[in-house]
Amino acid sequence: MDLQTAAQINSFLAAFVLLTAFGMLVQKRIYSLIHLFAWQGLLLSINTAIVGYVASKHHLYISSILTLSLKVFLLPYILHVLIVRLRIRREVETLVNIPMLMLIGLALVIFSYHLMAPVSELSKLITRSTLAVALATVMIGLLMMITRKHAVTQIIGFLAMENGLFFAATSATYGMPLVVELGVALDVLIAAFIFGIFFFHIHTTFDSLDVDQMARLKEGD
Amino acid sequence: MTVNQIVMECLQIALLIAVAPLFVGWVRMLKCWAQSRSTASLFQPYRDLLKLFSKDVILAENASWIFRFTPYLVFGTVILSGAVVPMLTTKLPLSPSADVIVLVGLFAIARFFTALAGMDIGTAFGGMGSSREMMVASLAEPAMLMAIFTVSLVNQSTSLSHIAEVMYSGHAVLKPSLAFAFIAFILITLAETGRIPVDNPSTHLELTMLHEAMILEYSGRHLALIEWAGMMKLFLFMALGSALFVPWGIARSDSLLMGLMAGVLLLLKVGASGVVLVLIETGLAKMRLFRLTEFLGSAFLMATLGMLSFFILE
Repeated sequence: MDLQTAAQINSFLAAFVLLTAFGMLVQKRIYSLIHLFAWQGLLLSINTAIVGYVASKHHLYISSILTLSLKVFLLPYILHVLIVRLRIRREVETLVNIPMLMLIGLALVIFSYHLMAPVSELSKLITRSTLAVALATVMIGLLMMITRKHAVTQIIGFLAMENGLFFAATSATYGMPLVVELGVALDVLIAAFIFGIFFFHIHTTFDSLDVDQMARLKEGD
Repeated sequence: MTVNQIVMECLQIALLIAVAPLFVGWVRMLKCWAQSRSTASLFQPYRDLLKLFSKDVILAENASWIFRFTPYLVFGTVILSGAVVPMLTTKLPLSPSADVIVLVGLFAIARFFTALAGMDIGTAFGGMGSSREMMVASLAEPAMLMAIFTVSLVNQSTSLSHIAEVMYSGHAVLKPSLAFAFIAFILITLAETGRIPVDNPSTHLELTMLHEAMILEYSGRHLALIEWAGMMKLFLFMALGSALFVPWGIARSDSLLMGLMAGVLLLLKVGASGVVLVLIETGLAKMRLFRLTEFLGSAFLMATLGMLSFFILE
């Protein structure tokens, strides 16, 4: 595989990462949301492996496998178990004005393109053009956290942001040092567990995972 | 302009007129198979058209010239668009006269007059159909233009023949922007040709009609012309998708033999696209009218993402 093909595949994967980010932004059903998250993880993992191969940085293989096992299988599985345990299986979130959300997302993509254009000029890596996409993914994850009311979907937004950061690290500098990446992976895993415990507490206290309920201080008025 | 080119142009228009009902018959047949119903003949649309042509036209008393003029105009614009889209060859004599933007304009003219005709008689359903159709159009047209701009940016031209030639030479194959534009184009095709998630082409329930509600008052040869134009529009969108995204097989010279092969390949491609269309139609249910903004909004999103990824990634 020569550099040109690798760059093309890389940009293709970047485009699809962005697409999954948009998909998660507007997806109402919680199961489909988790599937989209797993797909995004898979795309990231393939992308990391390809970048590792082209740049012959072998520690990227490890982080690719780590991404695959953690973000494609383990985290979706944990979220899945949580949904079953908390009995929010059929819940459909009400999202206000989806076309508006899409337009804001598009504006964020344009903004991050403008922000990243001078940075990409400085870089000489083949993956430099995907930096803007990575930043856009982070921002769309943030937008998703802001617009969602449900605690579980907010967490998925958070994890999507982390995906974006990981993507940015791969495309900007061919990945972080392995120690850092292992640390981040462990953090994400621990975070998922802690979130799970929190969900249970929120659920038993408020009978719902809608975070709007927490704005009230009084008990049962 | 050689004689061959003019012959090819005529052949192409004849192909469009003749094969469009066959394609609709094919789609209906596939749909029946997919839903395990017994099928009508492949040539049933021809018989329907023949029947309509032999019937008398019944005009409402207060129908103005717009109502009588519209079927001919709709039929004419579709044929004119068929003369511009490269189906058999890229060396069409009429092709330089109109690019993709004009093509979108031609579709818009046809839609404008159909909407006027729907309101012309003054029945409630006609007006309702017109307002719905214009709502869909106002959402579909920006997305359509955005998708076309993306393809034009990649191929650096808005001329359909030129786009097909550049795509042919293979400089623009593996590009994310084209993939996005293609997905957007599929969504828009469903909306523009009135297929299932947007409109149900075989509905007889007035409240769910979009396109059908506008032409409810037409009869006889007027109805035949409009239905035929609708069939040609469906065929034309498939051919347009083939010319924009998978032009392989279209002749790049004006030789008749190449044109013939292109014709056979085109029929194969369009037939295959019919399978995809039926899969989409069988898999989805018709959307509520107010959810169409989401559907067409996502088409616009795809097209714009395609354009952005052209600037960011390529």
